[in-house]
Amino acid sequence: MSTLTDPPKESFRLSMLLNDTRYRSMTFQVIAAIVLALALFYIYTNLVANLQAAGLNISFSFLGNAAGYDINQTLIDYTSQSSNLRAAAVGILNTLLVAVLACVTATVFGVVAGVLRLSDNWLVSKLMAAYVEIFRNIPVLIWIIIIFTIMTAVMPSPRDFRGDDPASSMLLDLFAFTNRGVYVPGPFFTRGIGGADGSGFNWLIVIATLVGSFLATRRVTARANKIQEEAGQRPKTLWLNLAIWLAPVALVCFIMGLSWDIPALKGFNFQGGLKVGGPLIALWFALSIYTGAFIAENVRAGIQAVSKGQTEAAEALGIRPRRVMSLVVLPQALRVIIPPLISQYLNITKNSSLAIAVGYADITATLGGITLNQTGRAIECVLLLMLFYLVISLVISTVMNVYNNSMKLKER
Amino acid sequence: MSDTHAHSVAFVRETAIPPSPAPVNAAGPIKWMRDNLFATWANALLTVAALYFLYIVLAATLPWIVGGLWTTGSLAECREILQGKSAACFSVLTERWNQLLFGFKYPDELYWRPGLAFVLLFFAAAPVLFFDMPRKFLAFTVLYPFIAYWLIWGGSILSPIVALVGFSAGYVAYSKLVTRNFAAGFFGSVVAAFVVWFIGGYIVGAVASENPMLEAVPSRDLGGFMLNLMLGVTCVSLSIPLGIALALGRQSSMPLIKWICVIFIEFIRGVPLITLLFVASVMLAYFFPPEANVDLFLRVVIMITMFSSAYIAEVIRGGLAALPKGQYEAGDSLGLDYAQSMRLIILPQALKISIPGIVNIAVGLFKDTTLVSVISMFDLVGMIRGPILASTDWNGVYWELLGFAALLFFVVCYGISQYSQWLERRLATDHR
Repeated sequence: MSTLTDPPKESFRLSMLLNDTRYRSMTFQVIAAIVLALALFYIYTNLVANLQAAGLNISFSFLGNAAGYDINQTLIDYTSQSSNLRAAAVGILNTLLVAVLACVTATVFGVVAGVLRLSDNWLVSKLMAAYVEIFRNIPVLIWIIIIFTIMTAVMPSPRDFRGDDPASSMLLDLFAFTNRGVYVPGPFFTRGIGGADGSGFNWLIVIATLVGSFLATRRVTARANKIQEEAGQRPKTLWLNLAIWLAPVALVCFIMGLSWDIPALKGFNFQGGLKVGGPLIALWFALSIYTGAFIAENVRAGIQAVSKGQTEAAEALGIRPRRVMSLVVLPQALRVIIPPLISQYLNITKNSSLAIAVGYADITATLGGITLNQTGRAIECVLLLMLFYLVISLVISTVMNVYNNSMKLKER
Repeated sequence: MSDTHAHSVAFVRETAIPPSPAPVNAAGPIKWMRDNLFATWANALLTVAALYFLYIVLAATLPWIVGGLWTTGSLAECREILQGKSAACFSVLTERWNQLLFGFKYPDELYWRPGLAFVLLFFAAAPVLFFDMPRKFLAFTVLYPFIAYWLIWGGSILSPIVALVGFSAGYVAYSKLVTRNFAAGFFGSVVAAFVVWFIGGYIVGAVASENPMLEAVPSRDLGGFMLNLMLGVTCVSLSIPLGIALALGRQSSMPLIKWICVIFIEFIRGVPLITLLFVASVMLAYFFPPEANVDLFLRVVIMITMFSSAYIAEVIRGGLAALPKGQYEAGDSLGLDYAQSMRLIILPQALKISIPGIVNIAVGLFKDTTLVSVISMFDLVGMIRGPILASTDWNGVYWELLGFAALLFFVVCYGISQYSQWLERRLATDHR
């Protein structure tokens, strides 16, 4: 009988740091840590030396100082006496505004173009293919500039609207397309709470009503699902849902006295109504059609990813051809489409920083543009700018991932 | 039997009736149109709407393009000749083509140099893009960056040569030492290269003559479409190795390496390219030693390379993740070390999967090079919006210039994406 012995004890040799897998990864990480620390230290000393040579320091107190410049399109009150922080807030809201608008319209363009590209109609599908190829292969900056040029150089100036036989006229007497921006009727409340100044609060009430309607319709849908599962018959919810959406809002608007401020030519320019500036329209529209082309490709790929057997199965079950798409194909395609759609939304948000090229006052143009140039606080401004975009990207991807998880096939 | 048959039937046709042509409506173009354009009422309506749309677009653009003028000296002259007619004034392209392509400061008499570099680019790229070609052509690809640098920037021929010698020394050291182990080869090659560059730098400084063979052109004189192409080609080719390293690092089992790569990639992907260009233009200079004078072109190249390497790393990570685990295990069971199994087994397959993604990133990056116009570099878009539209002769010639820029980018990007589709079909070795 042999006795069990311990393996011979190896003494530690220096070469084991490189050759022994037990220690090797530790060695590499220590080396990496040292290199990283040295690099950071090198950058830091350079930064300190450069700042000292330029007589600068890192300080964020400039955010409290008066900005001293005007912004032509703001969602919150802002004057040139407001602080730089306020200017940045205006920029943030403008970024969010154009990003949300562009996300919505890009999705519409993309879905329409993607579905039409799969159409039986040869001409239409070729036209959509041309749309996708043309818009995908030309830089978005060029599209922004092209549409901005249309808005400024092609649109008539306000004085063309003047006279008995004007060169241009307003669309339906409600909308005016001029080279200074597009004027649309602006809603306001005559009997709102807090008088004419409290319009922001009144809009909050409207939004709260809409959120309430949304929650109520979800309850109605959940109840319909429950009844369907128990009794097999789905109660009609369309009219009820429409009523829940429309009636409370209409009531609130009526109580607060909603009326429309229609733009009219006064003096050298249009007065009244809502002014949507040319830069906003250029950015919004360009981002929409550019990203729409990408979304169209995602939608097409998603629809094609649904196997033909599904369509055939639906037809075999006797589902009408029109409803095959909405009941069988699209719900399955959606699962394929959503992940790339998330990254397209992120792209829109990031590309909205191109606003600086056409002078739309988003966060890049206010904090990263004028504030940076006026205060000379390059490092602070760029860092804050990056922080903002990082946070936005994280928020969007988190929200969309939650949605994606709720849409995903639940495998049990 | 046949007798009775013959009597019971009055007439038997003995030859087949010649086939008659299909009805007009069921063959040829008419059938095609009925199937593809007017299958249903809704389809017919769509067709008519699409035709009307096409008519509007073509009616607006075709006469404008066909009637365009090519030989006038200014926009005012164009308007005088056209007398209110709507037609293009392409003479801005014939007069300013050099500025659009090369920027407004690059010396006229030296245009042949970037032109030659551009032509040579095709010869250098061909062996990489079409791998049926003999492998020895790759030697020119390796030499190309140094030739192109010397052609475009000019100056002493010694600097690219020293750079090349440094790389060769590194390669020799690597191939000698890698037989022992990968780490020794890697660090040995880095040390060898730096020693050569250090010594070579002194030699170049001492020997450089006052009158080099090619006149030196500073980076700030580069511009136009050339600048877009240079940024695109340089940054994409630099970011592919960097992206591979980042992707491998992100998969690493060493937590420190992994987290450095994750933070780098997610940070870069979370911010727009514009902010990184701001870093290049206003912030990066603070990070270099005070006496170092790193020019804007190099700073932009650094930032764009970082940007695209993060995206390429994610694409390659997808390729790595798509490989079956058995491939990794096969490498281990053959007794290959990490570097060997990556180089010989994993990466060739993972890169093949990720080629379409990498080409997409490359096209996107090339389009994004127009963003440098925002930090006042005069690339194609910068030239159009800056010097040309601001000049008194051509103030107001928007569509000709923007259309030209769009056309240039479209040709390049569409070409690359067609190549990518061809490559995908070529590389599809699975039987489907």
